[in-house]
Amino acid sequence: MEQYAVEMLHITKRFPGIIANDDITLQLKKGEIHALLGENGAGKSTLMSVLFGLYQPEAGEIHMDGRKVEIRNPNDANALGIGMVHQHFKLVECFSVLDNIILGVEPCNHGFLNKAQAREKVQTISERYGLYVDLDAKVEDITVGMQQRTEILKMLYRENEILIFDEPTAVLTPQEIAELMQIMRNLAAEGKSILFISHKLAEIMEVSDRCTVLRKGKYIGTVNTSETSAQELSRMMVGRDVKTVVDKEQVETGDVILDVQDICVAAHHHKKDAVNHVSFQVHGGEIVCIAGIDGNGQTELVYGLSGLEPLQSGKVYLRGRDITKMSIRKRSNLGMSHIPEDRHKHGLVLDYTLEDNLILQRYYEPEFTSKAGFLRRKNIRSYAERLIASNDIRSGQGAVTKARSMSGGNQQKAIIAREIDKDPQLLIAVQPTRGLDVGAIEYVHKQLVAQRDSGKGVLLVSLELDEVMNVSDRILVMFEGQIVGEFDPANVTVEELGLYMAGAKREDRQ
Amino acid sequence: MKQNNLLKNSSVQSLIASLMCIIVGLLVGYLVLLIINAEGAWEAITTIVKNFFYYPSGPAKLKYLGNTLVKTAPLLMCSLSVLFANKTGLFNIGVAGQYVVGAGACLYMALALQMPWWACLLGAIAAGALLGAVSGALKTLFNVNEVISCIMFNWISLYGVNMLLTQVKETASPYTQNLKTAAPQAMLPDMGLGTFFSNNQYVTIAIPLSVVVAVLIWILLEKTKLGYELKATGSNKHAAKYAGMKENRNIILTMAIAGGLAGMAAALLYLTGYEQWSCSQSNIPGMGFNGIAAAFLGGLHPIGSIFSSYFIQHITAGGAYVDKAVYCAQVSDFICSLIIYLCGFVLFVKSAMNRSIAKREEKAASHTKEEGGDK
Repeated sequence: MEQYAVEMLHITKRFPGIIANDDITLQLKKGEIHALLGENGAGKSTLMSVLFGLYQPEAGEIHMDGRKVEIRNPNDANALGIGMVHQHFKLVECFSVLDNIILGVEPCNHGFLNKAQAREKVQTISERYGLYVDLDAKVEDITVGMQQRTEILKMLYRENEILIFDEPTAVLTPQEIAELMQIMRNLAAEGKSILFISHKLAEIMEVSDRCTVLRKGKYIGTVNTSETSAQELSRMMVGRDVKTVVDKEQVETGDVILDVQDICVAAHHHKKDAVNHVSFQVHGGEIVCIAGIDGNGQTELVYGLSGLEPLQSGKVYLRGRDITKMSIRKRSNLGMSHIPEDRHKHGLVLDYTLEDNLILQRYYEPEFTSKAGFLRRKNIRSYAERLIASNDIRSGQGAVTKARSMSGGNQQKAIIAREIDKDPQLLIAVQPTRGLDVGAIEYVHKQLVAQRDSGKGVLLVSLELDEVMNVSDRILVMFEGQIVGEFDPANVTVEELGLYMAGAKREDRQ
Repeated sequence: MKQNNLLKNSSVQSLIASLMCIIVGLLVGYLVLLIINAEGAWEAITTIVKNFFYYPSGPAKLKYLGNTLVKTAPLLMCSLSVLFANKTGLFNIGVAGQYVVGAGACLYMALALQMPWWACLLGAIAAGALLGAVSGALKTLFNVNEVISCIMFNWISLYGVNMLLTQVKETASPYTQNLKTAAPQAMLPDMGLGTFFSNNQYVTIAIPLSVVVAVLIWILLEKTKLGYELKATGSNKHAAKYAGMKENRNIILTMAIAGGLAGMAAALLYLTGYEQWSCSQSNIPGMGFNGIAAAFLGGLHPIGSIFSSYFIQHITAGGAYVDKAVYCAQVSDFICSLIIYLCGFVLFVKSAMNRSIAKREEKAASHTKEEGGDK
């Protein structure tokens, strides 16, 4: 009988109204890289939360090294040697790398820190696994890839044997991803057992030994990656064949819709401008995509264009009108729609109902507010119901569902419906497919292309290279606040883009 | 299933939770009385609950009901102030200070400037609104937490008002001059209400006015564009900004309205002549703080506030009748504050109720599934 490091046997976890995990079994062998694949809402996070002791399952058992264990809270999980690199790193930004690694398990002599001892231990570990990080650098000064290494070192310093990586590649460049894959292989070779949560098939095919697929809370199967293909995994994950390539017709590009001239936007945390003298244009009938690694000024660029942040210098024109100093409301009325990056922060009022969120950009219009300032509830309801029906927005109680209780995909659908129904001239979409499942991504891409086909301008900011290559008509690569390259997706490779995104190459644009 | 649906209704939950808090509060109060002196405990707690029923005659009962109502009106206004700010995501602990400047403004305008009652009322509202707006402005412009600035303003207001009102105090006492003799034009009109409450001279339009304001606040929050904007700003100011709302203006406006309500509260009490301001007091009047308890006990609903404010005032007034020979004078205040304190647990009880409902449903769901499996 094979020895498993962790076995989660017949785990069932219910939440009111849904079964998040329905009789799921996951067996992690010692020293293997095991991928956990599934769409959003497939139950991956719930399953990991059960393993981490955040949820107690209604049925099922967890075994470690053949013995049954009870994991009641995260402390139990830590004591059993289970460590996790979260999608959003849990690091103290203003601490050094070393301080972050030892945080919580500081070696002490009579109550005094013994950092020398800690440094020695960390250095041994980093040499053993090829994980080199500058231990004295502050976390806020190092790249995201280095921050991730810090997280990995944290787990190793705590002598964790079971390492969970939650979507680790989402924030990395193609080059950094390759390095991470190598690190994971090293770890596995040294006997660590790795659970790798992802929905990127190529990575799973490349690095994992086996793969367990979940769909809608159900266990679909576990396969040896060497004996399967990306197509088969995709079919297991979605339950049908999915078109990953977007159908696009050739469209004549029209007039300039958005004209950005030499703009700078200040950064929040440091003195350097986050957007540094950027100029570009978006025409009607084209999708211009800003590609780049997270944190290279894309967020600030969009804040500057939409009016959420003031510009330091430069000018922005929308359909020939100078909107540089215009209020957000006026920009919106002039035909700018904005699907924001963070749907919980900007896109929705989570405690409002779905219908109240659907009118968020137009509540003040005479259709929804009477002259005396009272809301026209009847009109709001019928408007909301129309959008819900035409966009297939699903929720527990229809128009009166609290936005908070809706799934991420449907929240996003609501935002997209709202922004597109404004019939904008320019649609700014920032990572519109983030966290969505394959079916929903298809829907979003169709909507973007439909806007383009009807002669509107679309500015898409994306971190997903697949999306960049598939959807856009023109690619602008952003690195450290500047546009370092402009490409036609037909004439460029992902690898080439990666080099520009990482700052290894740049072209002079005038 | 139907019963469950009813229990899920937020208003029903609030009502049950509030009643539970009241019962627990009374029970704990009774226990404390038992510990202090077992013999008089039952009588004392029933006295507190009875309040004006303490008097045998009908007219007397009515008159003292009137007294309770006179103090309910300002408490209701204070709780509206707290809940209004709360609905828009702010904690207006400055309600006490805004109440104080309201009192200062209306008494000074009445006694020193001899202005009519409606002017004094508007002055009190303006003073409270101004103070609230300053807290709101500090929050939006300098990111000063409204709780901190409000607490400090409470004290600044208290001593400022003491100083101001010293000019209109009686020569022989620390109290401001008697409104009825010194400034009769500033007394709130009673429109015959006083006669109905057995000639209680303090019963005025303040009482119906406060209820009308409660209804208006409810309409403002639930039915208007302004309410939609203010609640959106309170719930998520980033989204409000994204939607083109003037989120800073909204925060300041919210605090101004909340402050105005608190200032009005003071006018509704002091312009009846029921109380005179003591210019030597070094404690912030409890009315504002009780408003916080009343707002939560009322389930943060304007209409709920009407009842919770009455209840809190009812037991506070009832406390005055406790036999001073058996219990020391502070006991009644102590018991009342204990009950008010426990009233603050409404939200806690509500969330506990939701958890237990969710658990029961989960169990029911697994039950039906198992049964389904057997077939």
